[in-house]
Amino acid sequence: MRNVLFIVNKELRSSFNSPVALVTITIFTALIGYYFYNIFASFSTLSFQAQTNPVEAKQYGALNVTEFVIRPFFGIMSLVLLIMLPMLTMRSFAEEKKSGTMELLLTFPVRDIEAIMGKFFGCLALFFLMLALTFPCMALVAYFGEPEWGVIGAGYVGMVLLASAFIAMGLFMSSITENQIVAAILSFAALLVLYMIGYTAAYAGEWLNVILSYLSFTAHFESFAKGVIDTSDVNYYLLFVIFFLFLSMRSLESKRWRG
Amino acid sequence: MIEVEGLTKTYGEARGIDNISFHVERGEILGFLGPNGAGKTTTMRILTCFMPATGGKATVAGYDIFEESLKVRSRIGYLPETVPLYTDMQPPSYLAFVAGLKGLPYRRIKPRVEEVMEQVGLTHMAHKYIGELSKGYRQRVGLAQALINDPEVLILDEPTIGLDPKQIVEIRSLIKGLGGERTIILSSHILPEVSMVCERLIIIDEGKVKAMDTTANLLKGMGTAVRVEARIGGPADEVEKELGALAGVRVVTRTAPSNGELAARYLVEFANGDGGGHLISRLAARHAWDLYELIPAKLTLEDIFIKVVTKEEGVAS
Ligand SMILES: Nc1ncnc2c1ncn2[C@@H]1O[C@H](COP(=O)(O)OP(=O)(O)O)[C@@H](O)[C@H]1O
Ligand SMILES: [Mg+2]
Repeated sequence: MRNVLFIVNKELRSSFNSPVALVTITIFTALIGYYFYNIFASFSTLSFQAQTNPVEAKQYGALNVTEFVIRPFFGIMSLVLLIMLPMLTMRSFAEEKKSGTMELLLTFPVRDIEAIMGKFFGCLALFFLMLALTFPCMALVAYFGEPEWGVIGAGYVGMVLLASAFIAMGLFMSSITENQIVAAILSFAALLVLYMIGYTAAYAGEWLNVILSYLSFTAHFESFAKGVIDTSDVNYYLLFVIFFLFLSMRSLESKRWRG
Repeated sequence: MIEVEGLTKTYGEARGIDNISFHVERGEILGFLGPNGAGKTTTMRILTCFMPATGGKATVAGYDIFEESLKVRSRIGYLPETVPLYTDMQPPSYLAFVAGLKGLPYRRIKPRVEEVMEQVGLTHMAHKYIGELSKGYRQRVGLAQALINDPEVLILDEPTIGLDPKQIVEIRSLIKGLGGERTIILSSHILPEVSMVCERLIIIDEGKVKAMDTTANLLKGMGTAVRVEARIGGPADEVEKELGALAGVRVVTRTAPSNGELAARYLVEFANGDGGGHLISRLAARHAWDLYELIPAKLTLEDIFIKVVTKEEGVAS
C-alpha cells in the first residue's frame, strides 16, 4: 500500500511536468465545456420558447433538465473520455520500458501488483482532476434549474467506473509495447470496438446478441445515465478492470522472463 | 555475501552466460572484467532480480534471488549500465521516491536524501531537472539512488562508461570511498579501472569465467613472462628470424620503422625467466647489427586480459 502511494505520487509529479497530461486535461475540459454550452444554450432557448408558446410546450412534453442536459452531458463525456484517456495511459509502462527506467523499478523491492496499482491509481487521480473540472457545469445547471441530484450522482459514479475500465485497458496496452503511440492507438481501437458492439449487437444472432450487449460499455452505462446504480453494471466494470490489470501483470512478468 | 553457482542464461537460442560460479565475501570489492557482450550485464541483471536465470542458483545477502527476491531487492543498490532515470524529475524528489520504495521510514526520507546528495556531490544541482544534468551528474544521481537504502550489496554496471576523463576520476574515487562494510561488484571493460578499485577480479568472456583471482596474483602469475622491445638496424627479415630462434622466445612482432627512424622495432616475448635482453644484445653484436634501443617490459594487466580472453595458454582459469 505504501509503495502504491509512492508510485501514485511520482506519477502525478511526472504528469504535471509533462505536456501530454496537461494538454490532455485542457482539451478534455475545453471539449466538455463547449458541448455543455451547446446543450445548455439550446435547452434554455427551448424552455424560454415553451414559456411563451404553450402550443410548442405541449409538443416537447414536460421540459426536463435531466432529459435534455444531464443525460447528453454524460453521454458526450463518455465519448470524450474514450478518446482522451488512452493519451493519459499510453506512457505508463511504454515509456519506462523505452527509457530503461523499468529495469530500476523492477529491481526495487516492489511487487509487480504494486507497480500496476500505482500506475492505475496515478491515472485515476488525474482523471478525478478532469472530472472535478466539469463540476462548474453542474453548478450552472443547479443555478438555473432544478436538476435531479440523484441522476447527477449516478452519472458521476458511472463515469468513474467507465474511466477505470478505460484506464485498465490503456495500462494493459502500454504494458505490451515500448511505443507510446502504438499503445494509445491500440487502446483507442479496443475501447472503440467495445463501445460500438452494443450497436451491432442488434444485428447479430440471438445468443450472440446477448453476449455482445453484455460486453458492450454502452449497455452498462445506460442505467447510470438514468440515475440507477445497478450492482450488475458495477460488477461488469469491476471485473473488466480486474481482468485487464491482471493481464498487465502477466505482461510485466513475461517481460522479466524475456529480459 | 554473494554465492553464485552454475548460473546460466540463454536468450532464446542466443547465449547470455554459461555456467558462471563465484562468491564474494562481505566487504569485498570484486571487479567483473570482460569485453562487450561477455555477459557482465546479464549476470548483474540476474543478481538484482531484474530477470530470472535459465539455470543455476544464487544467493545475495543470504537470500535466494528467486525464492526471496523482495528481501534481496531491499538489500541491494543497483546502478544499471544505461543509468535509467526519470528525466522529468528533480534529484531530491526522485531520490525521495526511491527511498520510499526501498522502505525507508517516512521521517528518515528527507534527511537521508540530503545526506546522500551531499555524499555524491549533488547538493548544488538540487533544483535542476535530471534531464538537464550532464552525464557525470546523472551518474551521481544513479549512484545516489543505489546508495539511498545504505545497501549491504552494491552492484555497479560499467559505472564510468561514457564519462569524460575528469568525471571518470571523480566517480572512481567516489566508488573507492564506498567500500568498507559494503560488498561491491563493479563491472568494466577498462583494466586500469578495476585494478585501481578492486581487490579481486573475475575475467569473463563469451559468457564463461576465464580467470578469477586477486588482482595482485593475476599480475604475479604473469610476472615471469617478459617482453622486450628492441630496435635493431639490420636486414629486417633475417633479424626477425634470428630473434625467433633465440632460446625461450615465444612470439616476435615486427613494426616497420616510423618516420625518421632507420631501424624497425621488434617486440620479443620470452616465456619466462629474466627475459632475454642479454641474448638480444649478443645476437646483435654477433651479426654487427646496430642496436638502437633495448627496453624490457613486464606484462601489464592489459596483456593478461588479452591473453585470457584470446584463449592463449599461460593463465590457468
Ligand atoms: N535482451 C537480450 N536479448 C538477446 N540477447 C541478449 C540480450 N541481452 C544480452 N544479450 C546477449 O547476451 C550476451 C551477453 O550480453 P551482456 O550481458 O549485455 O554483455 P556485457 O554486459 O558484458 O557487454 C551478448 O551476446 C548479448 O548479445
Ligand atoms: Mg553490459
